[in-house]
Amino acid sequence: MSSPQITLQTVTGVDVELTIAGPGSRSYAFIIDWHIRLLLALQWMLVGHLIYFGGLKMTPDPRSGYFLWVWLPTLLIYFFYHPILEIAMRGRTPGKRLAGVRVVTREGDIPGAGALLLRNVFRLLDSLPLCYLVGLITVVLTEHHVRIGDMAAGTLLVMDHDSSASSFASTAAAKSGLTPQAADLIQELLDRWPALDEQNRATIARTLLARVEPQISAEELARLKTSELRDRLIAKLGQP
Amino acid sequence: MTENGGLQAWATSRIAAWSDLGSILDALERKRDHTVAETLRAIELYRALGRDLSFVRRTLPASRMTRALAHSYARLHAVIYRKPHNLRQGLRSLFRDEIPQVVRELRGHIQFVALVFALSAAAGWWLINTYPELIGLVASEQMINGVESGKLWTEDILNIVPSSVLSVSILANNIAVSIFAFVVGVFFGLGTFYIIAMNGFMLGAIFAFTHQHGMAGELMKFVVAHGMVELSVICVAGAAGMMLGESLIRPTHATRRESFRHAANKTSKVLLLCALLLVVCGFIEGYISPDPDFPMVNRLIVGFGWWIVMVGALSGRLFGREA
Repeated sequence: MSSPQITLQTVTGVDVELTIAGPGSRSYAFIIDWHIRLLLALQWMLVGHLIYFGGLKMTPDPRSGYFLWVWLPTLLIYFFYHPILEIAMRGRTPGKRLAGVRVVTREGDIPGAGALLLRNVFRLLDSLPLCYLVGLITVVLTEHHVRIGDMAAGTLLVMDHDSSASSFASTAAAKSGLTPQAADLIQELLDRWPALDEQNRATIARTLLARVEPQISAEELARLKTSELRDRLIAKLGQP
Repeated sequence: MTENGGLQAWATSRIAAWSDLGSILDALERKRDHTVAETLRAIELYRALGRDLSFVRRTLPASRMTRALAHSYARLHAVIYRKPHNLRQGLRSLFRDEIPQVVRELRGHIQFVALVFALSAAAGWWLINTYPELIGLVASEQMINGVESGKLWTEDILNIVPSSVLSVSILANNIAVSIFAFVVGVFFGLGTFYIIAMNGFMLGAIFAFTHQHGMAGELMKFVVAHGMVELSVICVAGAAGMMLGESLIRPTHATRRESFRHAANKTSKVLLLCALLLVVCGFIEGYISPDPDFPMVNRLIVGFGWWIVMVGALSGRLFGREA
C-alpha cells in the first residue's frame, strides 16, 4: 500500500507533493524521541544527584534545593522535550530527523510556535489511557494519519528523507558519460549495498557494469570480486 | 543529439545550481529576517527549481533526482510561504487584541461554565450537609481524620513542604488541570463539563465538611488569596473546552474537522494567558496562603488585586487595549 500524498498547488504551476508519514514512521520517530528524552532526563537526575549529595548516598529528607535543581529540571526535560525541540528545529526533533519525518502545516509551511505548542498540548489527550492509544487509533483511522493534536493545530507529519546530496552527486556523473538513469540506478544500488546479500549485490553490479561499460568482457566481469565491483561503480559515479 | 545525450547535457548544466542546494536551504530555514537580496535569490531559486522539477518529472519520473528536487522544492516552498515573524509585535497583538477578542466570544461559555461550577458546588455542599458520612467520596481518610480532630490539612504544610516546592507543584498541577479541562472538550464538551462539575462538587463538599466542624472560615482564609483567580481561570479554560466541543456539535465551517481546528487555534491563545495567571497563583498559594501570620485583610487585597489584574489581562486593558 503506497503512502498517501497531498498535493499543494503553487503560483509557479509546479505542484508540491508531500508524502504523509504513516503510523509506522510516526511510532518509530516517537520511540527514538522517547528514549532520548528519557535518557537526557535520567542523565540530568544522576548528575544533579551526584553534585547535590556528592555521591550516590541520599538523606531521608532532602531540602527544597534538591527538588528545584534535580527533580524540576528532570521533569522539564521530559515534558518539554517535544515542544521546545520542535520549535527550535522547525518541526523536527532528533527522533523525527532519524525517522525521516517532519511536521508541516496543511499548506506545507513550517509551523509557527503557536501551532507546535497546541499540537503538544493535545498530547495530554492523545496519550490516554496509556501508550498513546487514543493518538494511535486516530492516526490509523484518519486519512492523513494525524493524531488529535495535529487536527487541532492543522499540522501533518510528512516524509523528509533528505537524499539530495547523494542524488545530485550522482547527477554529476553525467559529466563522465553516464546517463542520468544509469547514474540513478548505480546510486540506488550503492545506497542499498549493505542491505543486499553477497550474491545479489554481485549479480546486480555486474548487470549494471555491463550496461554502462560495454567494453568490459563477460569473463572479465565474472572474475571481479564484490569489493572490486563496488569500487568500479563508485569510480563510474566519480565519487571520492 | 539523442534524448539521453540531451538529458546529460541538461543535467550537467544544472549541477552547479544544485551543488550547494542543501546548505542554501538550511541557511534559509534557519534565518527569520532575510534581507531583500536573500529573498529575491530565494524566489529566483524557487522558480528555477520549479522549472527543473517540472522537467525531470516528465523525463525521469520516479527517479532519485526527481525525488531530491521535489524535496528541495517543498522545503523552499515552506520557507517562502512561512508567515512573517516579529516576536515583539506578535506578543503585543496576542495579548492586546487576539486574546481579548476570543474572551469576548467566550463570554457566554464562561457564564455557562461558572453556573455549572456554582451549581455543582451547591450540590456538593447540600449532599455533605445532608449525608455527612459521604465525605469519604471526595476527601482522603487523612484529611477527614485531621478535620475531625480540629486541624485543617493546610496547617503546618510549610513544615512538611517548603514554599518553593509547594508553589511549583501547585502551579504545575493547576496548569495541567486547566489544559486537561480544555482538551477534553473534544468529547463534544462533555469531558469539560465533567471536570468542571467534579471540581465544583468537591469544593462545595469540602467546604460543607469543614463548616460542620467549624473550620470553614479557616479554609476560606487559606483559599481567598489564590482561589479567586485560580477558580476563575479554570472556568475560563473550561469555557474554551466548551467552545471546542461546540465546534463539533455545531460546526462553523464546512467540515467538523475544519471547525474543530479553527476553534482550537482560537481558544488555545486564552490558555496561554491562563497558564501565566496560574503561575502567579501557584506562588501565592505556596508563600502567602499557608502562612498563618498573613492577616485576612492582606489576603483579601492580594486575592482581589490579582483578580482585577486577571480581568484587565483578559479584557486586554492591561496591555493598552481601548475600552
